[in-house]
Amino acid sequence: MAAKARGNKGPGRWLVLGIPYLWLLVLFLVPFLIVFKISLSQDAIAQPPYEPVFDLAAGWEAFTEAFSQLNFDNYAYVLSWDNEFIEAYGSSLWIAGISTLLLLAVGYPIAYGMARAPKSIRPTLLMLVILPFWTSFLIRVYAWIGILSPEGLLNQLLIALGIVSPDAPLQILATDTAVYIGIVYSYLPFMILPLYSALEKMDDTLLEAAADLGCPPFAAFWKITWPLSLPGVFAGCLLCFIPAVGEFVIPDLLGGSDTMMIGKVLWTEFSVNRSWTVSAAVAVLLLLVLVIPIVFYQNVQAKEMEGR
Amino acid sequence: MSTGVTEKTQTTIGGIRRKFAPWNDPAAVPLIRYENVSKRFGEFTAVDNLSLDIYEREFFALLGPSGCGKTTLMRMLAGFEDPTEGRITLGGQDLVGMPPYKRQTNMMFQSYALFPHMSVWDNIAFGLKQDRMEKGSIAARVEEMLKLVKLEKFAKRKPHQLSGGQRQRVALARSLAKRPKVLLLDEPLGALDKKLREETQFELMDIQMQLGMTFLIVTHDQEEAMTVADRIAVMDHGKLIQVAPPAVIYEQPNSRYVADFVGDVNILEAKVEAIAPGNVSLYTSVGGGAKLSIAQNVEAKPGDTAFVAIRPEKVRVDLDPPAWQEANCLRGEVWDIGYLGDLSIYHVELEGGTRIKAAKPNLTRMVERPITWEDKVWVSWTPDSGVVLTR
Repeated sequence: MAAKARGNKGPGRWLVLGIPYLWLLVLFLVPFLIVFKISLSQDAIAQPPYEPVFDLAAGWEAFTEAFSQLNFDNYAYVLSWDNEFIEAYGSSLWIAGISTLLLLAVGYPIAYGMARAPKSIRPTLLMLVILPFWTSFLIRVYAWIGILSPEGLLNQLLIALGIVSPDAPLQILATDTAVYIGIVYSYLPFMILPLYSALEKMDDTLLEAAADLGCPPFAAFWKITWPLSLPGVFAGCLLCFIPAVGEFVIPDLLGGSDTMMIGKVLWTEFSVNRSWTVSAAVAVLLLLVLVIPIVFYQNVQAKEMEGR
Repeated sequence: MSTGVTEKTQTTIGGIRRKFAPWNDPAAVPLIRYENVSKRFGEFTAVDNLSLDIYEREFFALLGPSGCGKTTLMRMLAGFEDPTEGRITLGGQDLVGMPPYKRQTNMMFQSYALFPHMSVWDNIAFGLKQDRMEKGSIAARVEEMLKLVKLEKFAKRKPHQLSGGQRQRVALARSLAKRPKVLLLDEPLGALDKKLREETQFELMDIQMQLGMTFLIVTHDQEEAMTVADRIAVMDHGKLIQVAPPAVIYEQPNSRYVADFVGDVNILEAKVEAIAPGNVSLYTSVGGGAKLSIAQNVEAKPGDTAFVAIRPEKVRVDLDPPAWQEANCLRGEVWDIGYLGDLSIYHVELEGGTRIKAAKPNLTRMVERPITWEDKVWVSWTPDSGVVLTR
């Protein structure tokens, strides 16, 4: 027994476990620490545009001197009510939350239909869901400008149908509505795929059993199908919500000047204001905000594994 | 429960079982009626113009190979399929077009179909909650069902925390909880091992008697059907071939198909020579030719081709020609012996290569049997042990 247990902890095991840890260390933890350090620095007109800069060649004393200059001033700046960052965080969470609910409302029926479709056409349907990825994300978002703009395809169609008067075309572009449309469109596959995989696993005889025991189809959906698809619902919602909070391209291209999303604020702070330190603090705080749903998701997943 | 009570119940059950034969009573009104029911899936005819009556309190088995239409027949009663033609009534009420959730039938599924996200308790209570039964009565009924299937201690478990046998019991309890007019069992014991299956068969019979319900079971296992059922319907290609109590199915099959499907059988082709009341004389050219005599009334005339079916346990094997009869005797050589412990199966090869199976109970502890490989033997049977089949 003991020999067997030790066998499981051989060098092979450490190698297998070590690779993902090394990956995370080099490509996640180290960059994060660099960003965190920048967030504790001060802006400077220099190259790079912040100070202090750690120079290991200058010796230990210079290092401790530089270290003592680090402070949380940028965080105080970002978290102060006067500077609209908190508002941007709130509006990002709000837009991401509403978008996620819209995604669920649109994605669930699609995934359900796919899971109920004849087995022979399911691979084709799956292919169609993934198909948009073959075109660049940026180009697809630009395409929506062409559709949603006042003289765009949508307005042309509505005017041709006589629903909208040519003098007052629908103003969708540069509003939050356009941002919702963009997010729902872009993230839909990330919602559909986990939902589909949860629904497809479900045994049809469970619904027959529910009907047999006196449960009409609509009630059976809420009592059987919905609870059994919850792991897929959580996975899909988090896969959409987390990147949507930090989304920058969609609000930048489709949103208006009053669409406040933290990704856009971060980008403005970084490129226009050239404040690496404030944008680093914004990024670190965004990570903290997102850790909460990620931990929640992990918990749900752990529970799900337990149920197997 | 004390043993006294159990014994008393069993004698009562025996008494009821012995007399129970509503299908022979012209005044009895069937609970379930299939009237000229057909079911087609595209080109495929699963059930073909079939009529069948099933009576209250009956344990009825649908037996047949896979694809014979037995499951479709049951699913039409549950409401998962609608017949293409014909009528199905339950207690006089026309069921066609009624959705499954309004029918007073419950089904125990082959896969059990337990709801994985609900505990054993909630699974059993599911159907009762649909009926908006009062909470106290639901609890009482669930407790009663748990007791019936001996799972009181497992009420809070989820299905994945149970063994196969326990899951099977939960499925049974759930389907019984609503006290349906008919309980439908779709290959209910298929997933259990042999010993557990045999135990469960007797438990099913007990439960059916205790609750006084009508059970309809679908199975491809002829032993299971014989053990549990009051009557068996043997099906083939969407048609009923024979509907009768197990003993009649076994001893008086109406066709070669039934004789062959239920149990082991030797079938000899023969020509009818003479017909007398209660007796048929035939001649078979098998094994160098022999006269056959079967004590039976048959609708045939001399010169017709018929088949004589004889079960292995009714065939005698002797080293000397049996002096006591002239018909039903064939000469052969022991080709193989299968020793099963309780029985030995002798495969006797007749002249011309036809083989006859004979089962002999091993009544003594002798290891060396008097008849062995390559012995010249006589196989014979009495006129009242064979059966003449014309189709």
